[in-house]
Amino acid sequence: MEASKVIHAIYTDDDVLMAAVKKVKSAHHHIEEIYTPFPVHGLDKAMGLAPTRIAITSFLYGCVGLTVAIVMMNFIMIQDWPQNIGGKPSFSYIENMPAFVPIMFELTVFFAAHLMVITFYLRSRMWPFKKAENPDPRTTDDHFLMEIPVHNNEKELSDLLKETGAVEINLIDKAH
Amino acid sequence: MYTFSSKLRVVAIALIIIGAIGVAYGFMTSHKSLDEVKEMIAHEEAGHHGGGHEANSDTHSVAEAHEGTHDEGADSHAEAGEHHGDEHAKHVQHQLENRPWSALYVAAFFFFMIALGVLAFYAIQFAAQAGWSPVLFRVMEAITAYVLPGALIVLAIAVASGIIGHYNIFIWMDPDMVDPTSEKYDALVAGKSGFLNMTGFIIRGLIFIAGWSLYRHFARKFSIAQDNADDNRNFKKSFRIAAGFLVFYIYTESMMSWDWIMSVDPHWFSTLFGWYVFASMFVSGITVIAMMTMYLKSRGHLPFVNDSHLHDLAKFMFGISIFWTYLWFSQFMLIWYSNIPEEVTYFVTRFQDYQLPFLGMVVMNFVFPLLVLMNSDYKRIPWFVVMAGIVILCGHYIDVFNMIMPATVGDRWFIGIPEISSILLFAGLFIFIVFTALTKAPLLAKRNPFIKESEHFHY
Repeated sequence: MEASKVIHAIYTDDDVLMAAVKKVKSAHHHIEEIYTPFPVHGLDKAMGLAPTRIAITSFLYGCVGLTVAIVMMNFIMIQDWPQNIGGKPSFSYIENMPAFVPIMFELTVFFAAHLMVITFYLRSRMWPFKKAENPDPRTTDDHFLMEIPVHNNEKELSDLLKETGAVEINLIDKAH
Repeated sequence: MYTFSSKLRVVAIALIIIGAIGVAYGFMTSHKSLDEVKEMIAHEEAGHHGGGHEANSDTHSVAEAHEGTHDEGADSHAEAGEHHGDEHAKHVQHQLENRPWSALYVAAFFFFMIALGVLAFYAIQFAAQAGWSPVLFRVMEAITAYVLPGALIVLAIAVASGIIGHYNIFIWMDPDMVDPTSEKYDALVAGKSGFLNMTGFIIRGLIFIAGWSLYRHFARKFSIAQDNADDNRNFKKSFRIAAGFLVFYIYTESMMSWDWIMSVDPHWFSTLFGWYVFASMFVSGITVIAMMTMYLKSRGHLPFVNDSHLHDLAKFMFGISIFWTYLWFSQFMLIWYSNIPEEVTYFVTRFQDYQLPFLGMVVMNFVFPLLVLMNSDYKRIPWFVVMAGIVILCGHYIDVFNMIMPATVGDRWFIGIPEISSILLFAGLFIFIVFTALTKAPLLAKRNPFIKESEHFHY
């Protein structure tokens, strides 16, 4: 495993952080990660992160939920134990479809919402009993931390970061 | 200041003239003599099912469902002997006469409903102290200028159909229906005559219109006064009257929907009808705000409107379309499930005689906006939103069509010259009044306390 060095620049204000991110990006430095105590609006765009694809997964999960609802209600109410629905014993799925719409809707939402949350956690590499990756506990309170990899340009970077209003700049050896 | 371009003015006036000619043509050709009607029916029966009327029990029950909700007493059908042909022909004759009236009424209501929906949306912006929308206020105010004339026209057509016409839209206006000695006597309508009578109808209508117009008048006044004010007093006043208006609105809108729409089927009732009509007018109104904003922006009149505003309007179009579907389906499912004859005839008629507009409307008002406007990026593309908006507006015209026509023209519906001319007539009038109102004030409500937030609105 290769040991690499990173700089941790700490900020105390989200507006200062946003300005700093723009400056660091315009100086063509790669920002590895930013830890913030709350979501900062527009930070992802400023960092140049690719747009999220969670909406696409949400749509797909919704389709799965809809399919599950249709198949399930068809099995339960029509095939396995045919029911007389609303005094109209037609025993046909399509004719009784209005009665199943609330279930179709609910399961669509249920699948989309829950699976989307689970996907988000997994994609963010968070799961139960996972040890926090957070490098500095203050980022859960009122500090913002920007992590930038160093490639023998430590001096240049720390000058730049100081200029952007970082209150603390630490060079860290990070074992990968 | 916006100036009404002469090109648009010519378009509006041309629409009014073409529409008026078509409407007049519709009225002039709607009267057919009894023999003509009989010939027409015979011709149709020869074409469709040679058997004749009684042989086909399906058709019969449809006719009965019509008559249950229409002027001929339901009993008259029992003695379906030799008089049946005459009765049926008379019935059809009356339906044909109803068509231009109903077409005019549907179009008048549709454009009025857009303006009223925008008025409610506008009041909500004030009551909620929304920060994103003040750059759109002048557009909304211009659209609400149509509330007063539009509502008066709807009420006038409704009243005229009972006074000048032959009860062509509202059959309960026929005094014979509440006269126990008349053969047209209808116990259910007579039982409702305490509410459903001409005097009450007119008085209620005028109260609704007065309330809406008063709010519109003062909200507009305060909005313009705020432009050159040094403090926020006018804004605060507008906030207060907006909250009061919304309470008044939600009651009167509901009662208006019973009076002006639901009573065309005086036997039928639905408790969430007011909400349903509200959803329809709300989504149509928001769609028109979006389309008009894009039109004005494309002409360079609204430089302060950015694509985040468009995005928000499109989100509303998407969300309220789903809300509309929720109410449409809730109303349908409860009635379908319980299957009570007096309620379910409403949907039986629509499924048998109006299958295409009734189900087509669900596609246009739900499936289409759902799929087209779901993607976040598409909500910022003007031509995409315009396309979705046109489909939504057509869908909600058909929605109003489906609310009125089955009760008045039964299976004799068609979207032909009377319908399209009525749409053109009121579209022209709407454009004329709205764009004239738009010229009366600067396009930016510059001293609104939220205007900076709105100009910098960024999603």
